Amino acid sequence: MKEWIRKWLNGDLDLLENVTDAAEVPDSTREELKEQKKEFRQRLYEKTNTDAAIQAERKSFYAIYRGIAVISCVVLIGVLLFTVANMPRYGVENPRTVEVVKRYVEKGLQETGAVNIVAGMILDYRAFDTLGESHVLFTALVCVMILLRLDKKTIRGGHLDDYYLVKQDTYFDVSKDSIIRLVGTVLVPCIILFGFYVLLNGQNGPGGGFSGGAIMGAALIMFSTAFGFDTVDRVFTRKMLMITSFVSLAFYSFAKGYVFFTGANGLENHIPKGTPGAILSGGLILPLDIAVGLVVACTMFGFYSLFKRGSIGGD
Amino acid sequence: MGMTVVFRTILLVLLIICAIAVNLTRNLLQAVIIFMSYSSIMCILWILMESPDLAITEAAVGAGVSGILFLMTLKKIRAEDAGETPEPRNGQEEKDL
Repeated sequence: MKEWIRKWLNGDLDLLENVTDAAEVPDSTREELKEQKKEFRQRLYEKTNTDAAIQAERKSFYAIYRGIAVISCVVLIGVLLFTVANMPRYGVENPRTVEVVKRYVEKGLQETGAVNIVAGMILDYRAFDTLGESHVLFTALVCVMILLRLDKKTIRGGHLDDYYLVKQDTYFDVSKDSIIRLVGTVLVPCIILFGFYVLLNGQNGPGGGFSGGAIMGAALIMFSTAFGFDTVDRVFTRKMLMITSFVSLAFYSFAKGYVFFTGANGLENHIPKGTPGAILSGGLILPLDIAVGLVVACTMFGFYSLFKRGSIGGD
Repeated sequence: MGMTVVFRTILLVLLIICAIAVNLTRNLLQAVIIFMSYSSIMCILWILMESPDLAITEAAVGAGVSGILFLMTLKKIRAEDAGETPEPRNGQEEKDL
């Protein structure tokens, strides 16, 4: 049973193994399939271009489509402009919205220990928003993996397009290019270092988990472009990505849930705030920043890897 | 003060031009590049509006990663130079390979 579940999770188990597909043509080779596809497309093209009824229908469809597009665009522009015209002016105090902002600006440093008020807001006062965003990213990664992952069955099973895409990608592999390699050698360490700086300095200056993680993800993408996926696969496998994301999200949920629970019940908050301005300050903000950054970096590189070759870590 | 206002006005005009051009261009590759330049202009505007946090994120995500993902998608659907001819390219991709 356990074996079965593991196989199912890895995508090796074919639940439709014994179901025969009526439309399947097992005897044709790739060349024949290609010919058939071409012929079918040619026939469809001729039919749509000669049949008068189809032409008329297409014409009316495009007329209606254009009309609706113009009307909805104009309505949307009107609504947005109306909303913008009614917004409070930039930089002017507005009694309806200013109370919360005033509290954040005046007591933010004292209550959260973060010099950067934005970091104090998104990771302390509004930490559940950030938790939701991280989970949205993780869910998006899982959905992309479900849609785009090429397992062995798909490649073997004779899906023509996938076969040619894989072939084309290996043909246009740029990682042998010496210019890209040199640029990668020079730039990737700097970008990763800058990413770490932005990530660890979130409570003292501009930056934080999301931007630092995005910079690190971009550095990983550049690294894999310059040195090929084989080099990245040695450290960055699908298992490692999943474990990192899960541990980060679980840590975030438990830590923030604990703080909210104790805070709501009037218990004493015993997480030290530290000296404002130091690296180790701001209470929970730094660990939460690191958790968010890891999730974002994993998601960015996972997106790229799945888009590029349909797998993470080469399995 | 005067220079900042002029600079900001130029950037805003460029932003509007980019936003209109990305809709009007027929070539998808050009549309992606215009979109990335839109994000870069927006990044400078965020700095002028004194929100560097957003500027960093805009530069990394808007101008960097999402542009790369769009380019990857264009390559996957083999549409880097599509869009100039609205008709379906019948059987042309087999010839390309």
